Amino acid sequence: MSAPTLDLGKLHGGMRLEAQKAQSTTQSILELPVPKQLIIPLKQHVGDEAQPVISIGERVLKGQLLAEHYGSLGAPVHASSSGKVVAIEPSPVTRRYGDKAPCIVIETDGEDQAIEAWEDPVDYRELDPSSLMQRILQGGIVGLGGAVFPTAQKLMQATTGEIEMLILNGVECEPYISCDDMLMRESAESIISGARILMHAMSIDRCLLGVESDKPEAIRALEQALAGYDDERVVLKQIPTIYPSGGEDQLIQLVTNREVPTRGLPSDVGCLVQNVGTASAVHDWIVEGQPLLSRITTVSGDGVAKPLNVRARLGTPIADLVEAAGGYTERAQVLIIGGPMTGKSISTDEVPVVKATNCVLVLSEAPNRERELPCIRCGECAEVCPVNLLPQQLYWHACADNEDKMREFGLVDCIECGCCDLVCPSHIPLTYDFRMAKARIRELDDEKARAERARRRFEAREQRLKQEEQERAEELQQQKDRARKTGKAAIAEILKRKRRKDD
Amino acid sequence: MQFERLNAPHIRSTSSVPRIMLQVLLALVPAAIAHVWFFGPGFLFNLIIATGFCVASEAAMMVARGRPPEDALSDYSAVVTAALIAFALPSLTPWWVTAIASTFGIVVAKHLYGGIGFNVFNPAMAGYVVVLVAFPADMNLWVAPRMGDTDYTMLSLVETLTFTLTGWLPEALTYDAVSRATPLDLMKSGLNQMQTVEEIRALPVMGDFGGRGWEWIGNFLALGGIWLMIKRVIRWQIPLGVLAGVLTPATIAFLIEPGSNPGPGYHLFSGATILCAFFVATDPVSAATSTRGRIVYGVGIGFLIYAIRKWGAYADGAAFGVLLMNMAVPAIDAITRPRIVGHGGISRE
Repeated sequence: MSAPTLDLGKLHGGMRLEAQKAQSTTQSILELPVPKQLIIPLKQHVGDEAQPVISIGERVLKGQLLAEHYGSLGAPVHASSSGKVVAIEPSPVTRRYGDKAPCIVIETDGEDQAIEAWEDPVDYRELDPSSLMQRILQGGIVGLGGAVFPTAQKLMQATTGEIEMLILNGVECEPYISCDDMLMRESAESIISGARILMHAMSIDRCLLGVESDKPEAIRALEQALAGYDDERVVLKQIPTIYPSGGEDQLIQLVTNREVPTRGLPSDVGCLVQNVGTASAVHDWIVEGQPLLSRITTVSGDGVAKPLNVRARLGTPIADLVEAAGGYTERAQVLIIGGPMTGKSISTDEVPVVKATNCVLVLSEAPNRERELPCIRCGECAEVCPVNLLPQQLYWHACADNEDKMREFGLVDCIECGCCDLVCPSHIPLTYDFRMAKARIRELDDEKARAERARRRFEAREQRLKQEEQERAEELQQQKDRARKTGKAAIAEILKRKRRKDD
Repeated sequence: MQFERLNAPHIRSTSSVPRIMLQVLLALVPAAIAHVWFFGPGFLFNLIIATGFCVASEAAMMVARGRPPEDALSDYSAVVTAALIAFALPSLTPWWVTAIASTFGIVVAKHLYGGIGFNVFNPAMAGYVVVLVAFPADMNLWVAPRMGDTDYTMLSLVETLTFTLTGWLPEALTYDAVSRATPLDLMKSGLNQMQTVEEIRALPVMGDFGGRGWEWIGNFLALGGIWLMIKRVIRWQIPLGVLAGVLTPATIAFLIEPGSNPGPGYHLFSGATILCAFFVATDPVSAATSTRGRIVYGVGIGFLIYAIRKWGAYADGAAFGVLLMNMAVPAIDAITRPRIVGHGGISRE
């Protein structure tokens, strides 16, 4: 392996979108009060649902473990305030667009009483990497950029020795969202501290911190924090403000000039990416002893009166956040969790804030309503595609349901960033169509795998039957032979007996 | 509060097919005015007739295909086809010629292939080539440009209209009296008669670079085209490709033998070079789609224009060049597919 190349790379395509961030960054992060009721979903991460360890009617304290992580991929959840567990039942969640999933419901008592420190605080530098990872797992920390991949399990990749550097993602390229920007402005030190902990956990000594150049305040704060730590291992990299530079693979390409291979992982190019919010949460847990109980969420859009950033306890209803932002305006029509490019439009605000909730966006109009026209092959989609696909031809093959062509034209490489949709003059919902096509391809793959398994089973059965038959045939033959031998003797015997009788 | 569920992304740009078509039409306006100024009102009649037949055929075909006609009419693409046909036809054209070009373009080249987005050939050029081949005499009826030869008087509005509607010229006027060979025709026939480029260029219909009048229309077309590029309605690859495809061989030939090869300025400002580069070859439906593919496509058209002018039987080659390259589009698209990020790119090693 040669020395790492660390020139800034360049992204193909991408778009300069109207930032729409100024309206939510005029005031500092607002700490939301404890809500009357906390609804805490058991699954706020990629992987298996956490398993409840408390019972209904029990009083829980802030920071107490509610459900422990289960399976090889998962994360625990904690009580974000004190109160009584009143139910463990399905409740609407953002992950399912407002449909229900199992949640623990806590009636808060307003005392916000915390448990004793989880363990005696130790200097993380005295912990060996694996016990540090174990401890990160227990803090319920997951990727806070929105993908919510359990952080500890992600770090474990480093044990393969393939990771050269940690990349901290402070890009936040989607319009409206400013929670990471505000975090970087207000808690730059905890981010750098978190980065140092993460490096220790992975036994690596290189961290690139990618921030978009349109966040001067954040960059200043980070520079100051970096100067304070005087840690040469952490390098700040300013990158151009182009959507979707915050995508994991895109950020890697931008700060290292390496391309994550198709169907590959960042570790294939020696990188591991964590969001700045995750780094801060790691610091809060490892240094301050506070598990992941709250997160910063941007509340914005022309559907709310006073856009802002709040720090809300996990389990706080979205409706409370909207209220903190001055409530809905008359024009409010669409409720989106996440950004306007990749966010989920959900049906109700009676859903709780979870670890993934980086933004609550309320928009006044449903823009994707224009009539879909035939594709005129203008190719604008290909101009903006950050992975250099030909969306227009991919669309053609998706319409024809041509599986081989869809694969050939890189359907699996589509990152669903939405750029092609945004420039399409025919208003074709390309991203949606590709998402559906991907699901179909997955189904076909599953079907193939099933068919393959079935074929193997069938062949094994045939083989077995054939063998059994053969064995039976042999058995029969032997019996016959035996019978023939013994038969002759028997007949002779009978005849003998008969003769005797006759005599 | 309850909300409706929608699919991401939740914002959209202002770009739309009707908007693109209207921008193309707008970009053609200066050149259209110049056209009328130099060659008389015939262009307007052609435009009206072409628009009428294009729109009517579009509506009829939509009905025949069992679809609401407004779906197609609302994108204005039929009007753009009509405008391009009007620019391609001589200013004195009997109505049935225009009607045949328009109807063929929309019915056969567009809708029989599946309508907008599915047509292999540029409808305007397909329609134009049909009448170019079927009515060669009518296609020569270009009036001389204003400020051309001084002994020439332009037909009046009524006379032009009469001719357009009936094909009759005013008494005492013959075809030869009202029409003039185009600069490209003169160049071709002159060179065939062993005249030098310099002698031909001295004729009164010739302007500073190309034909008188033609070059001004070219200027205004280029202006509209550049505006379309700035507005990102068209990208630079096809227009510059076409121009490079024409001008590179023209320059080389001119440098080698200027006596029998008119210079690049002449090729640029004569015939349909600029119209083709900015407005015809850039029709996205029938063009190649990838960035590299568009360069290949544009250069191919440009070179065919030059080749037909130089060695072909026709004075100009834009329409043929476009149609021939239309046929090559699937191959170009297949060959020039860009490398997808993550597929055999820069790796760590």
